[in-house]
Amino acid sequence: MATQASRIAGRLMLSPAVLLLFLWMIVPLGMTIYFSFLRFNLLMPGTEEFTGFENYSYFFTDPAFWPALVNTLTLVLGVLVITVVGGIALAVLLDQPMWGQGIVRILVIAPFFVMPSVSALVWKNMLMNPVNGLFAALARALGLQPIDFFASAPLASITAIVAWQWLPFATLILFTAMQSLDREQMEAAEMDGAGPIWRFVHLTVPHLMRAMTVVVLIQTIFLLSVFAEILVTTNGGPGTASTTLTFLVYMQSMLQFDVGLGSAGGIVAVILANIVAIFLMRMIGKNLEA
Amino acid sequence: MGEIVLSEVRKSFGGVSIIQGIDLVIPEGEFVVFVGPSGCGKSTLLRLIAGLEDTSSGTISIDGKDATKLPPAKRGLAMVFQSYALYPHMSVRKNIAFPLRMAGLPAEEQQRKVEAAAKVLNLTPYLDRKPSQLSGGQRQRVAIGRAIVREPAAFLFDEPLSNLDAALRVSMRQEISELHHTLKTTMVYVTHDQVEAMTMADRIVVLNAGRIEQVGSPLELYRSPANLFVAGFIGSPKMNLIEGAEAAKHGAHTLGVRPEHIDIAEDGPWKGMVGLCEHLGSDTFLKVEVEGVGQINVRVGGDVPLRHGASVSLRPQADKLHRFDAAGKAMA
Repeated sequence: MATQASRIAGRLMLSPAVLLLFLWMIVPLGMTIYFSFLRFNLLMPGTEEFTGFENYSYFFTDPAFWPALVNTLTLVLGVLVITVVGGIALAVLLDQPMWGQGIVRILVIAPFFVMPSVSALVWKNMLMNPVNGLFAALARALGLQPIDFFASAPLASITAIVAWQWLPFATLILFTAMQSLDREQMEAAEMDGAGPIWRFVHLTVPHLMRAMTVVVLIQTIFLLSVFAEILVTTNGGPGTASTTLTFLVYMQSMLQFDVGLGSAGGIVAVILANIVAIFLMRMIGKNLEA
Repeated sequence: MGEIVLSEVRKSFGGVSIIQGIDLVIPEGEFVVFVGPSGCGKSTLLRLIAGLEDTSSGTISIDGKDATKLPPAKRGLAMVFQSYALYPHMSVRKNIAFPLRMAGLPAEEQQRKVEAAAKVLNLTPYLDRKPSQLSGGQRQRVAIGRAIVREPAAFLFDEPLSNLDAALRVSMRQEISELHHTLKTTMVYVTHDQVEAMTMADRIVVLNAGRIEQVGSPLELYRSPANLFVAGFIGSPKMNLIEGAEAAKHGAHTLGVRPEHIDIAEDGPWKGMVGLCEHLGSDTFLKVEVEGVGQINVRVGGDVPLRHGASVSLRPQADKLHRFDAAGKAMA
């Protein structure tokens, strides 16, 4: 990209792709914003008219809104904590020399390849089911009362399922970072009198900061839109105990056929995601700099 | 403080024997250099002394105490690594203080020792920088600083200068030598560079294929190499090694003569033609194709006006010839 001509040629050749990506983003966003200002219910066709911020005020005053917001943040935060802590622990274990390392590593990665709806069904029917589930059988074997997970702790159960799905991703990223830790640094610390725990605290953890940042940022993007696990297991219930913003938008636009209200909710979710992103970048973005 | 004794030390990795029975006494306060070609086991030997590898058999004792099974931190040794192994997220101050912090010293004492070490190594202005903001030579000095604050029984250096450029290497070499004179602590230094070995060492240990070939002061090794390997390894440019009829004339299987011990003489016994001719200003290195002897490297003064293709007669200095038998051992 040295000369003026090659710079212009580069931009020209890049522009179709950039244009396509821009349209891909702006058309759905524009339509959603447009719908959010309309009274637009699929059960009453032909009554669409401009209503200003009415949809937004309905959305904010919906009794499910605040629980949904709190549930969304709880779910995201819970999964992040479990996957980062668990991911570091697994990465440390996988880094130890052991027999059958290759197979164990593949097994650890495996949950990531299972579709969200499938893994949620497996958890719901085979593990957490109070009658047929494995956990219930275990509890009975110990003489305990089986727990009906989705009735007594719906959000925690969903957090566990989602964390199980995302743990491999965190492990993979952190394990790769772990392998790039300089052996000589570890040996130097060993000679300096640092035991395994101090070496972990003073060398491994700082070394993994950048990878942890990547894990947190990428997972947050996906966790804000968790949907299939809720639909398959609790359907947002009991009450609003496991309703997130994404699920609330779904209920309003798809179950109540109110496209306008759903669009307003969608825009609120977009704004929320941006607020979270700004906070995250402020807090941990500096770790990404070289 | 600081005597290291190795007896019958062996190390093998999965059936491959790397160190094959080393007996060595490193007296207190001595600067010992392990030198040898790559893969000769010199770094492994240093790591065995440091405790970063376990010995397969044999014992290592430090200050009269058996240290063979001691963990690295308990041996009272400090090591400077080839990559410096600085902790990248800590400032220079924290890097140097790390061993003191691990030893649980009070903060003000840590502070005092770090400042003192920084002063010795001219690092005071850089104490609050991160290692990534330092030049290669400064990083090297931080690594040395981290080693000296512990006041170890001995310092171990693992090719510490190989990542530096030529000019910096010369000045760091001098700094390390100065440091040894100031601290008078035992130092064990590993290098593949025989110039470093010759200039710094009190005693050189020449290693080859996991065995000690010869131990001696730099000049001993230069004057009387025990075998062909040492003869070829020590000295730059390399000693000429001549086999065949010319060697037989002197009653040896191989005849060795250093390039600087050959004079240009009108009536010299070796007649030949100059090939490559390198004028360095202070010296001139000639490659001379001598009839019946082969190619001979000659080192002569800087003002020799010889060019490629010139004829020349050479005379080796009779009292500087080295004779080796068929097994490669030096003959008396």
